Amino acid sequence: MAQIIVENLRKRFIVAKRRKGMLGALAGVVHREHRVVEALAGVGFTVEAGELVGYIGPNGAGKSTTVKVLSGILVPDEGRCEVQGRVPWLERIEHVAHIGVVFGQRTQLWWDLPVVESFDLLRDIYRVEQKDHARRLEQLVAALDIGGILDTPVRQLSLGQRMRCDVVAALLHGPRLLFLDEPTIGLDAPAKLAVREFIRELNREHGTTVILTTHDMDDIEALCSRVVVIDRGRIFCDGSLDALRARVGVERRLTLELESDASLEIEGARIVEREGPRVVLAFDPERISPAALIARITEQHPVRDLLVENPPIEEIVARLYDDAREETS
Amino acid sequence: MFEHLRLYTRYFAVSVRSQLQYRASVLMTMIGHLLVTGFEFFGMWALFDRFGQLRGWSLAEVALLYGMANIAFAFAEAAGRGFKIFGKMVRNGDFDRILLRPRGTAFQVGAQHFELVRLGRLLQGLAVLGYAVVELDLIVSAPRVALLGSAIVGGACIFTGLFVVQATVAFWTVESLELFATVTYGGVETAQYPMAIYRDGFRNFFTYVIPLAFVNYVPALAVLDRPESFGPQWLAWMSPLFGVAFLWLCLQGWRVGVRHYRSTGS
Amino acid sequence: MRAYLAIFGARFRALLQYRAAAMAGLVTQVFWGFVRVMIFTAFYASTDAPQPMTLAEVITYIWLTQALLRLLPWQPDTDVEQLIPDGNVAYELMRPLDVYGLWFARAVALRSAPMLLRCLPMLLPAYLWFGMGLPASPAAAVVFLVSVLGAIVLSAAITTLLSVSMLVTISGRGIHVLSISVINLMSGAIVPLSLLPDWSQPVLTLLPFRGLLDTPFRIYLGHLPLDAAAGAIAHQFLWALGLMLLGRMLLQRALRHVVVQGG
Repeated sequence: MAQIIVENLRKRFIVAKRRKGMLGALAGVVHREHRVVEALAGVGFTVEAGELVGYIGPNGAGKSTTVKVLSGILVPDEGRCEVQGRVPWLERIEHVAHIGVVFGQRTQLWWDLPVVESFDLLRDIYRVEQKDHARRLEQLVAALDIGGILDTPVRQLSLGQRMRCDVVAALLHGPRLLFLDEPTIGLDAPAKLAVREFIRELNREHGTTVILTTHDMDDIEALCSRVVVIDRGRIFCDGSLDALRARVGVERRLTLELESDASLEIEGARIVEREGPRVVLAFDPERISPAALIARITEQHPVRDLLVENPPIEEIVARLYDDAREETS
Repeated sequence: MFEHLRLYTRYFAVSVRSQLQYRASVLMTMIGHLLVTGFEFFGMWALFDRFGQLRGWSLAEVALLYGMANIAFAFAEAAGRGFKIFGKMVRNGDFDRILLRPRGTAFQVGAQHFELVRLGRLLQGLAVLGYAVVELDLIVSAPRVALLGSAIVGGACIFTGLFVVQATVAFWTVESLELFATVTYGGVETAQYPMAIYRDGFRNFFTYVIPLAFVNYVPALAVLDRPESFGPQWLAWMSPLFGVAFLWLCLQGWRVGVRHYRSTGS
Repeated sequence: MRAYLAIFGARFRALLQYRAAAMAGLVTQVFWGFVRVMIFTAFYASTDAPQPMTLAEVITYIWLTQALLRLLPWQPDTDVEQLIPDGNVAYELMRPLDVYGLWFARAVALRSAPMLLRCLPMLLPAYLWFGMGLPASPAAAVVFLVSVLGAIVLSAAITTLLSVSMLVTISGRGIHVLSISVINLMSGAIVPLSLLPDWSQPVLTLLPFRGLLDTPFRIYLGHLPLDAAAGAIAHQFLWALGLMLLGRMLLQRALRHVVVQGG
């Protein structure tokens, strides 16, 4: 049986409208107007144990609402949802004992305490056996390299250090399912790589299912074999990254460093960027192969350096969101 | 049950250790709280000095009520502080994390903070109670001590319940209504004086809606061997029952609040 | 001068926005008022001996206390309190204004706006239904208002001094818990000062706190004939001036220290 089953999930929020000006504020005391926001309009997907899924969408699409329902915080209006065989919001305590959640923007650690004391407290809260706790702690501390900061109060940690500790905290009770919400936000490059590598290992070696919600497309590209795109409360797209690329359009990029500033016009390619001798061209590999295009260019212009690559994933996703908007409107 | 107690002790240790990092400040503030309540008692003393008695109650007798009420309230204030800061938690989104832990929400919110400085009021309450016992020449017998103890337990439960109610409001409105400070701090001020001096409507509210009379006035009558009766003698021993029942009711209200939070998403 | 008035005006208007809190606070204060009235009624019923104030006067005093309660300088200005952990003290120095004047103007707004929001809704029902009496005479009413102004200025001076103390001491917290109780007792908020023991009267007369509530209230009740009232009001303003000078001096010293340390 799939680890996560979601079917026709619906949730609407009633938001009070704010009135403008003094008269509006006074009127607002007497009578409040409301509008209905449909955060989830029939979301459905399944996730098997051991998958590493990216869950993306524009702001306000319903990502965090979905995660809140899946983690048991929020009760939906309609629909079916089962995680590890339980309905999250009906069996809250049982359910949360078997999942881990990391919020990139809020720490779950106790601010004034040394890190290790937060871990000890969590051990008692989650009722973990002492030897299991010790074993897991040792592995996680080594994997995320936080041995040196275990005795440091959380408020003295850097963002990268704190994030690594939060990941450890979320895994101390050995959950088979991990939700990560913006885990690399604000981190410097080495920290990002460390966290990414850890997640990859966790998923590959231990089979922990990971649901990753993020705006950082590099994370998605580096980690996720499968991406689910949500927009305006509906699943727009669900498949591999390559399938996503294919869906949006198969343009590839050719970046050139020419010898001169001469203007460039090549049939079969359009100019995306131009700065002095540096040119970025977009072309459709179905119509013209990279080799042919390069040949065409070098016939007319001496080239100092070149690079062929896929368009940045941000662009793919942005295009995807635009298409989603068109489709749903 | 014991497992919860063990976890509570851990939370308690964490909270206290965190506060003891600022030892000097804690001590000063505790003395401050001690003196605050001391000044209030001076006001009461001054009135007795001038008027002699309060409807047949002497200063020492009222001091007994005063001591009991303040000791009970001090415990509730110290232990229930988590509920006080709860409003901020909801606004920050920190309550979500509470929901993500495999423990009861009220337990977590209540256990998260034990405010040491509130024990300043405890010291003052004990001092006033001590004065009352000495001044009244009360024999410190086991039943008397048990009666006082059970009354204080009941009182602490009621005041804690009121703090829970105050926190529950935060699920609905952002402003933790000052309204409820009325009932908590107003409640302890009311309990410091004999219920007999209050108007009927007022007295009934603090007897039947919030059973403060049963955890303070009625046991005091028994301890002081006073002639007034408020029902059968054994009622004086029922304080913990009233307290726990009231607290239980308040916690039901809390659950309604949590349900509301989980369906509206804060 | 205009700048200070502007600062005062801005804060004043901002504070007037807190209507909901004021209404909620009203319920609290009516409750407190009633409890006190019942307690004093019981006390007065317990003895026939004559007292410095009649029960009716005490009841008026109690409701006046509730109406003006918000002007008491319980705490330093929270804006200032926030400056320190945020490390923004340096920014205060960069304003083209005398820092003390700035803080004082804000304090005046802080001690007048919330009080004004509540006093009318408090006084009307108190007079109509709760047993509060009218001023002893039209002259008394006028002098009363002057005295309330004095109380506001005095309260602002105390508030600013408390705010300055936050810069000077490391752990300001303990002082403030203390200040609330001292102020409450010595201003008359807990027990009308005339009812406190005779041996305490000299101290109470000397200290500034009676100027916050007791002085205006005694004028209202007609217990202070005109010349004595003038003296009492002078007492208010003199103390206010003294505390302002003290606060100003301490602040300048503290700010110099801040600059030296690099904020």
